[in-house]
Amino acid sequence: MKMKGCTERIYNGLIKENPTFVLMLGMCPTMAVTSSAFNALGMGLTTTAVLVMSNFVISAMRKMIPDKVRIPAYIVIVATLVTIVQLLLKAYIPSLDSALGIYIPLIVVNCIILGRAESYASKNPPLLSAFDGVGMGLGFTLGLTCIGIFRELLGSGTLFGAVQVIPEDFTISLFVMAPGAFFVLAFLIAAQNAYRNHKAAAAGEEGDFSAAANNGELACGGNCASCFGGVCVENRGKLAANSAKSAVQPAKQAPASENSAETKGGTKA
Amino acid sequence: MKEMLQIVLAAALVENVVLSQFLGLCPFLGVSKKVKTAASMGAAVIFVITISSAVTSLIYQYILAANGLEFLETIVFILVIAALVQLVEMFLKKSSPALYQALGVYLPLITTNCAVLGVALINVQENYNVLYSILNGFGTAVGFTIAIVIMAGIREKLEGCDVPKAFQGTPIVLITAGLMAMAFIGFSGLF
Repeated sequence: MKMKGCTERIYNGLIKENPTFVLMLGMCPTMAVTSSAFNALGMGLTTTAVLVMSNFVISAMRKMIPDKVRIPAYIVIVATLVTIVQLLLKAYIPSLDSALGIYIPLIVVNCIILGRAESYASKNPPLLSAFDGVGMGLGFTLGLTCIGIFRELLGSGTLFGAVQVIPEDFTISLFVMAPGAFFVLAFLIAAQNAYRNHKAAAAGEEGDFSAAANNGELACGGNCASCFGGVCVENRGKLAANSAKSAVQPAKQAPASENSAETKGGTKA
Repeated sequence: MKEMLQIVLAAALVENVVLSQFLGLCPFLGVSKKVKTAASMGAAVIFVITISSAVTSLIYQYILAANGLEFLETIVFILVIAALVQLVEMFLKKSSPALYQALGVYLPLITTNCAVLGVALINVQENYNVLYSILNGFGTAVGFTIAIVIMAGIREKLEGCDVPKAFQGTPIVLITAGLMAMAFIGFSGLF
């Protein structure tokens, strides 16, 4: 029974709620480090290590931490773990440390970490939470590595910096530069929207998921790359509620309701 | 003097925080619907990042580095920034209600902005002293404001456009951002 729960968590993180492709969490590092597959893999595994440890520690301490100061407490725990991992990387894989630079300490503000702490680890026992961390972390790694392979292949024509697949004269160097990251992510989200619209249409619903879910009614845009968990989870809840609401409303009313949602979200936060 | 100007311009244009470093993407995507709100957000970011650069750099130089505690930078910075934003908000509420009215809503949102922590870390990485850190912070925040205001202007125009359904919302904004990033690459020859 217990074993089943653990494998279920890993499946959930890798496929069902994949943080990159499904939940769209942690977009800052996703765009910043995916210019090569190796960096993407390194960043993914580093985040996984932090996530497993933070989920375990936070879950183990969940009954000790008072509810009112839980977010600061989580941040301190995560920042400590990130510092430990950063020092280990500096000592044993200095090349990765210098390639990822400030994006390693910035794992602290990665939405995935605090998001999982808030929505899973604070409610579940340590072992399951650790496996949730493994699943989510590997899902994130998978997402990053896929995007990394894609950008590296098109941008510099290599695979993991080793094999030259596309001759150098035929590469599109734009893809390893900053604009490439924006374009790749844009098409990824568009593909997801198209899939969801298609699915909603097949289910006979008035499918306008893309506009509702991705219009950025909330100050954080719903793309919580760097939220502090609490805000992030709260916002995602509102976002889901909003998308459900505007799916019911006719499309013409949508702009007005979005504006009011924006101001409401702002004052609340 | 020339070097100082160079730091500000490099931080604002060449190494634009959103378009080339991917920091602070959330407010960039979330609060860029109208030029007016985008400008207020930009002003709040300039305010907070400049102050937080000064404070974190002072703490790093005179407390952490002086006692050999450099490894604590991440944990100290994040707590200092979170506390600082709260303090600034309280202080503004008391001392300058007009400014608080203008920036009020946006201040708490800035805690959730990785650009603030990012700038503090870059200041340490580049070994900037306190003055240069402030300049770098100011320049970075000005770069953020430039990017978000331009983006809001484009998005206001985009409202009336017939965007394919799947690209509505975030995707078209990201594509616009990508095109802006291409334009900003042009600044890399500046120095």
